[in-house]
Amino acid sequence: MNRRLQSWLVHAALAVLAVATLYPLVWMTLASLMPAGEAQSLPPRLWPSRITLSHYRELFERLNLARYFANSLFIATAVTTLSVVINSMSGYALAKLRFAGRDGLFRLMMAGLVIPAQVAMVPLFLLLKQVGLINSYWAVILPTSASIFGIFLIRQYAYSIPDALLDAARVDGASEWQIYRIVVLPLLRPILVTLGVFTFMVTWNDFMWPLVALVDGDLRTLPVALAILSGEHVQDTELMLAGSVLTLLPVLLLFVFVQRYYVEGITAGSLKE
Amino acid sequence: MSPRRRGSDDLSPRGRVLITPGLLFLAPGLVVLCLFFFVPILASLALSLTDFDIYALADSGNTRFVGGANYRRLVSEPLFWKSLVNTLYFVALGGPLTVVVSLSAALLVSSQLTRFTWLWRTVFFAPVVTTLVAVAVVWRYLYHTRYGTLNYALGWLGIEPIDWLGDPRWAMPAIILLAVWKNFGYNMVIFVAGLQSIPQDMYDAARVDGASAWHTFWHIKLPLLAPTFFFVGVTTMIGYFQLFAEPYVMTQGGPLQSTYSLVLYMYEEGFRWWNIGYASSIAFVLFLITLAGTLVQVRLQRGVYR
Repeated sequence: MNRRLQSWLVHAALAVLAVATLYPLVWMTLASLMPAGEAQSLPPRLWPSRITLSHYRELFERLNLARYFANSLFIATAVTTLSVVINSMSGYALAKLRFAGRDGLFRLMMAGLVIPAQVAMVPLFLLLKQVGLINSYWAVILPTSASIFGIFLIRQYAYSIPDALLDAARVDGASEWQIYRIVVLPLLRPILVTLGVFTFMVTWNDFMWPLVALVDGDLRTLPVALAILSGEHVQDTELMLAGSVLTLLPVLLLFVFVQRYYVEGITAGSLKE
Repeated sequence: MSPRRRGSDDLSPRGRVLITPGLLFLAPGLVVLCLFFFVPILASLALSLTDFDIYALADSGNTRFVGGANYRRLVSEPLFWKSLVNTLYFVALGGPLTVVVSLSAALLVSSQLTRFTWLWRTVFFAPVVTTLVAVAVVWRYLYHTRYGTLNYALGWLGIEPIDWLGDPRWAMPAIILLAVWKNFGYNMVIFVAGLQSIPQDMYDAARVDGASAWHTFWHIKLPLLAPTFFFVGVTTMIGYFQLFAEPYVMTQGGPLQSTYSLVLYMYEEGFRWWNIGYASSIAFVLFLITLAGTLVQVRLQRGVYR
């Protein structure tokens, strides 16, 4: 088989897979702009007969989606900020600072990677209920303010920081905190950006824990609100699709803009040295 | 007795102090992880040995130690076995399927003939970053028996419409298909990295020896991808055991409980009926299964190297 035919076949296969991959997202977006009822037609339509924003209006005016959007935004931002700081401190310490039990602690943490988070959910709920944090943003922010995967990523990256640089700063009389702030953090910036984007997306998309921990309607995050709405409005196809678009759009846009960093981060985390 | 231990190399000129800067830096992360993850994991086991329920929520004095009673009830509960089998079905079918699709996509994307690699990679990865609930809502409409695109497309191939979410035989395959669509991009990226780490010399030597594309795949790429397979296999399996959002949003565990997953069972028992002790036993079973699955994969991996 000559090269041109091979190339044609490979690209044809890629194109078919790409269409299959994108179709649900494209249909979702276009159908959300259709007049009510049009998304459920035979044969299925891809293109709206006319574009209408009425479903989006309804989401914001009647169904309070702006509130849920704001909740998600606040929580995702808070968790990202907090976890970047905490994870970077831990990752740096595990890579570059020495203390008793360092390697043992790291191995213990890594063992935690195989444990599903759901195993901890019920007791965690009880714990937070005891201290009255259930039904507040803290219930969602605190437990995710550190992550084993994040610490692991930063530790791997922090290894590349030259010890000579750190020792020179110590000789100059800098405190460990100053070294961390002035020398280490700038050097960690690429991985921090990657981790930040990753954390934002994961937090934004989180479903089960916010479902459990944020009982109050007003505090709900967008995915939870969407799930509850979809139960009540099964028949309103276009409305629900508009809700999906709103839920997806921020993370999808974020991904498209930073996809190089994000994908590199995933790869770096998986290739064990 | 000196508190200095092997490996403890504190940098403070003040001498042998146990509270080293390193420990202080690690402290916030360690505290969060212990308090909100590791301790609850242990507490899960402890709770599963009690009859903590809605009365204990009001007054924890109502809790009683019941030993293995929750587990005995678990074993005799048909819904537990149904949810376990459903989840295993999802993992056993969805896992390998996802891996095969991601490997195929990775091979296509990283082929030397491919142009616009970044474009394909971005497109295939897009479903991974999407919110699961949002796409579950979309796919619920795509799976519609009459108006859904999937049945319409199948109609071109002469296949009769399938009641994807209403037929107990097809509901789980429907969810599996959604999971494959959503996750193949993630594993694809990891496979691409693995493929790219294979030195070019290998391919050159193979070509000099006159190896065909199939031969190169089977005898060079596949063996050298073994560690990647292991990582992808374990992470996919662990992720898939946590099946929850898809049945919750699309089928509520139905029809006829054919999509009732282990985590859904735990959620209902724990957070709807507040049978917390019982739910903790389900959680602990989940923990044991994931552990077992990981160990099995480790064994298999060792076998490959031998």
